[in-house]
Amino acid sequence: MEVEQTALPGIGLRHEFTTRSGRRIGIVSHRTGRRDLVIYDPADPDRACETIKLNDEEADALCELLGAPRIVQRLNALHREVEGLVSLQLPILSGTPYAGRPMGDARVRTRTGASIVAVVRAGQVFASPGPDFVFTDGDVVVVVGSPESTAAVADILTNG
Amino acid sequence: MHSTAILFLEFGAVLLGLGILGALAMRVGISPIPLYLVAGLAFGQGGILPLATSEEFISVGAELGVILLLLTLGLEYNADELVTSLKGNARAGVVDLVLNAAPGAVAALLLGWGPVAAVAMAGVTYATSSGITAKVLSDLGWIGNRETPVVLSLLVFEDLTMAVYLPILTAMLAGVSFVGGAVTVGIALATVSVVLLLALRYGRLIEAFISSPNSEVLLLKLVGLALLVAGVAQQLQVSAAVGAFLVGIAVSGELAEDAQALLTPLRDLFAAVFFVFFGLQTDPTKIGPVAGLAALLALVSMVTKLLTGAYAARRAGIAKAGRARAGIALIPRGEFNIVIAGLAVAAGVHPDLGPLAAAYVLILAAFGPLAARLVQPLITAIAKRT
Repeated sequence: MEVEQTALPGIGLRHEFTTRSGRRIGIVSHRTGRRDLVIYDPADPDRACETIKLNDEEADALCELLGAPRIVQRLNALHREVEGLVSLQLPILSGTPYAGRPMGDARVRTRTGASIVAVVRAGQVFASPGPDFVFTDGDVVVVVGSPESTAAVADILTNG
Repeated sequence: MHSTAILFLEFGAVLLGLGILGALAMRVGISPIPLYLVAGLAFGQGGILPLATSEEFISVGAELGVILLLLTLGLEYNADELVTSLKGNARAGVVDLVLNAAPGAVAALLLGWGPVAAVAMAGVTYATSSGITAKVLSDLGWIGNRETPVVLSLLVFEDLTMAVYLPILTAMLAGVSFVGGAVTVGIALATVSVVLLLALRYGRLIEAFISSPNSEVLLLKLVGLALLVAGVAQQLQVSAAVGAFLVGIAVSGELAEDAQALLTPLRDLFAAVFFVFFGLQTDPTKIGPVAGLAALLALVSMVTKLLTGAYAARRAGIAKAGRARAGIALIPRGEFNIVIAGLAVAAGVHPDLGPLAAAYVLILAAFGPLAARLVQPLITAIAKRT
């Protein structure tokens, strides 16, 4: 897949590519921070038949929807394939003992045998975090293991 | 009544009138520039409601309008874009210049107005209105289109050409002897080159000087510098507008964005005053006799802009429908053409030049965006069928 980049003097930058199914889509990045999602007309490939204006927040949201959750989705698909393997998404709430503390303090793998494979924070995925990764309120921890061990992790993260 | 009171009454009435006209133009979906010109015609000599005392005030406001128009235009570009655009589009830019300057120059020569008027009229028919075209592109959702970079780089090329052309025109309009004229043109071009070089090389220093976290300080420094440079440029027979344009180019990046946000309302106010002022200077009764000529000139230069757009887009590998759109997007004329005509009128080149230019810009400023709107579905339908 080749992404083409074109300068738009006085406006900003445009990136575009053709999908495998033959549709052309692009993003116009305005200097003001505005992003336009552009979909080209199949009959007239130079014309944007649909232009969707997005502000910073909307562009971030779209980006998250298209990108980050796919990792969680892939994990879910994985444990469906392997019998006896469960992945859980556990929230770190304020008031739980590990909010603001490094992950190593919980000694999850040693105590339960389950693994923390990712932490999702504000839509961003931190894959395979190390023991010094510090949890904060609102993080979602993705754990993989047997049904018993993952349940034990849930207990540790809420009660210590 | 006290004269200040009359001044406020008149100026207030003019601005309020423009506001109402602007609202009307927005509702219909056309550029307000032609309506501002018409308003100016109505307020001027021979119009329906001649102004008594505020003409001088409006004339200063109009000068400020031109300076602010070009300052904000310069802010839109940075030096890198200008250089890349020049490198990549020189050929299409030259085709644009030759094809579209010719109708005006030829018309002036055929009318026997002389070489200076020919140079002025060449400028009137050459430059596309970057303001109106940019608005058409964004209103019709053409910014994402693949022919749009071609259109935009032609606009950049035209604006740069203007930076060289305006000083030459100003020197010619000063109407000195041939040797004196050559010297003035030389000084003018040297000034532009020096300032452009300074802007490109030491833009960062200028930015560091202007930059301020306080918007009030930033505004004062930027407008102050632009007016100072404009004044010096005027003194050296380079047009004041070009001086402001070069200051705008020197400022780029985040600072340029902040400055633009601060300047836009000021510019809108004074640019509207400028269009009214040009209308004021034009006697509406003189438009009638040149209307046919203006329509013919408009038709010819519509065709030449279509050819220019098609040529430039074809070079960029754009299909037929896109080529047609590129041509149509280039049709609108507006602020620059009136700036040029205004300079020529002030120098007293030919009494018919003002009315001709006014009628010409009226037609193309109104018809250009309308044509784009009307033709869009047609082009799409044809592209779908084949």
